[in-house]
Amino acid sequence: MIKLVNVEKTYYSKAGDIHALKTTNIEINQGEIFGIIGLSGAGKSTLVRCINMLEKPTAGQVYVDGQELTSMSDAQLRKARQNIGMIFQHFNLLTSRTVAQNIAFPLEIQGKSKAEIDKRVKEMLELVQLEDRGDYYPSQLSGGQKQRVGIARALASNPKVLLCDEATSALDPQTTQSILQLLKDINEKLHLTIVMITHQMEVVKTVCDRVAVIENGIIIEEGNMVDIFSNPQHPTTKEFTKTVTGDIPDAIKRKKLSPTYTEGSSLLAQLTFIGDSADEPVVSGLIKRFDVEVSILFGNISELKNTPYGTLIVEIEGDHAAIDKALQYLKERDLKLEVLGYESANA
Amino acid sequence: MNPQMLDLLLQSFWETCYMVFVSTAISTLIGIPLGVILTVTRKNHILPNPTINQVLGVIVNATRSTPFIILMVAIIPLTRLIVGTSIGTTAAIVPLTISAAPFIARIIEGNLLEINPGIIEAAQSMGASPMQIITKVLLPEAMHSIVLGVTLAIVSLIGYSAMAGTLGGGGLGDLAIRYGYQRFQPDVMIATVIVLIIMVQAMQSLGDHVSKKLNKNKL
Repeated sequence: MIKLVNVEKTYYSKAGDIHALKTTNIEINQGEIFGIIGLSGAGKSTLVRCINMLEKPTAGQVYVDGQELTSMSDAQLRKARQNIGMIFQHFNLLTSRTVAQNIAFPLEIQGKSKAEIDKRVKEMLELVQLEDRGDYYPSQLSGGQKQRVGIARALASNPKVLLCDEATSALDPQTTQSILQLLKDINEKLHLTIVMITHQMEVVKTVCDRVAVIENGIIIEEGNMVDIFSNPQHPTTKEFTKTVTGDIPDAIKRKKLSPTYTEGSSLLAQLTFIGDSADEPVVSGLIKRFDVEVSILFGNISELKNTPYGTLIVEIEGDHAAIDKALQYLKERDLKLEVLGYESANA
Repeated sequence: MNPQMLDLLLQSFWETCYMVFVSTAISTLIGIPLGVILTVTRKNHILPNPTINQVLGVIVNATRSTPFIILMVAIIPLTRLIVGTSIGTTAAIVPLTISAAPFIARIIEGNLLEINPGIIEAAQSMGASPMQIITKVLLPEAMHSIVLGVTLAIVSLIGYSAMAGTLGGGGLGDLAIRYGYQRFQPDVMIATVIVLIIMVQAMQSLGDHVSKKLNKNKL
């Protein structure tokens, strides 16, 4: 649906050129919610603006729905943009227009008839559950309501793609969840392709199918959201995922662990369960099968979009052979195992 | 004050009204597009064009830096060309308009620049053309502050119209100078000043009221 080929964006200035986006290649599939996560200044806003050419890339090609935007004239581009909705962090609603008139705006631009506009505005108000707010002005609405108007306005012209630029960053956690739920519903109902720019891992976790991590204008990691969460490679990605999966408590980090078994020491291991394996009774399995004691030092369970995801840190006590067998058992389970080390008994 | 004087005062009042409102109307009609061009041709705006921007900027600045009384005399040939005479109330409208139009243009430029760039970006993302952005975004969003700007221009024009009176333009200023000052009739002077104060007050209140009605940002 969206394809960026060797896209670059450089801002030239007397003080020195700024490479906001270095050679970037992305492919986003029809109907998926694609997250682009990065810290402030990482280049994510530039990247999303290259998709609808609000920022003209200095090099490379941008394709949306099979059309190359980078080679278009201004008039062609305006037409193409009608297929790409966009919502913003600060909503960017027209303050002098009512909610209904804001939603009508893209349709007016396209020269649609009054009757057609009225019908569509009504549908959109229903979609975002603001049926009774049509005659309100944006200043009379809460942040969450404003973003709903933003979404209704962006979808009024029936676009194939919705770009979200930090759409929930100015909202409180509860409102963020309701907006994310709305986007998820819209994605399922209309089979709309959604690109979400965010610095909140929480957002990626709740709605995204795939995710790209961007840093200093470079995509450092990209893939299936659950894979990125369960197996982050880059340090920056690890930092991000920790905010959701929960970092290991300091008390465990501070423990002096040795990489090898010594007499009487116990094993500390981190188990990560993804999807159905999260339902498996691994801990009781260990205790029943082997002569070991298992205690849970830390646990965290969350959900990645619709996939359950859990982390456990367990301490396994027993003799060397029993621990090794237990370890072997864990390796054969459908879970991710990370041996943290052995804690000696007298520590 | 005798009835004759009152008649004269009333006549001068209408002359001032005529000068001020016709010049406001024409200078607003010139000032709005001029202000829009000054805004949109700026760097990083929707139709960047440094040449047009700078040329217009210099013209506007030149007109604004010329004292009104000098401008009025300097453009007498132009006034004669347009209205056929350089004396009288109608003739005064030409210099009044020429001095007010750039003033209004600069005020409108300021109003338009205050619009949140995010709103313009949103309109662009929806495929709006520059003309649609001007007519459907920039002007409506700034309308309440434009009204205040035009009100400011009206108040200045009331002041300038008194000066135009000295060049045979008629109006309240002319009355105050000829009767109040030159014929030592302080009552006429005071009466015209009171009328001018009421005019300015009334215009300002009206402008504030309309602007408040148009401003949907602070409800």
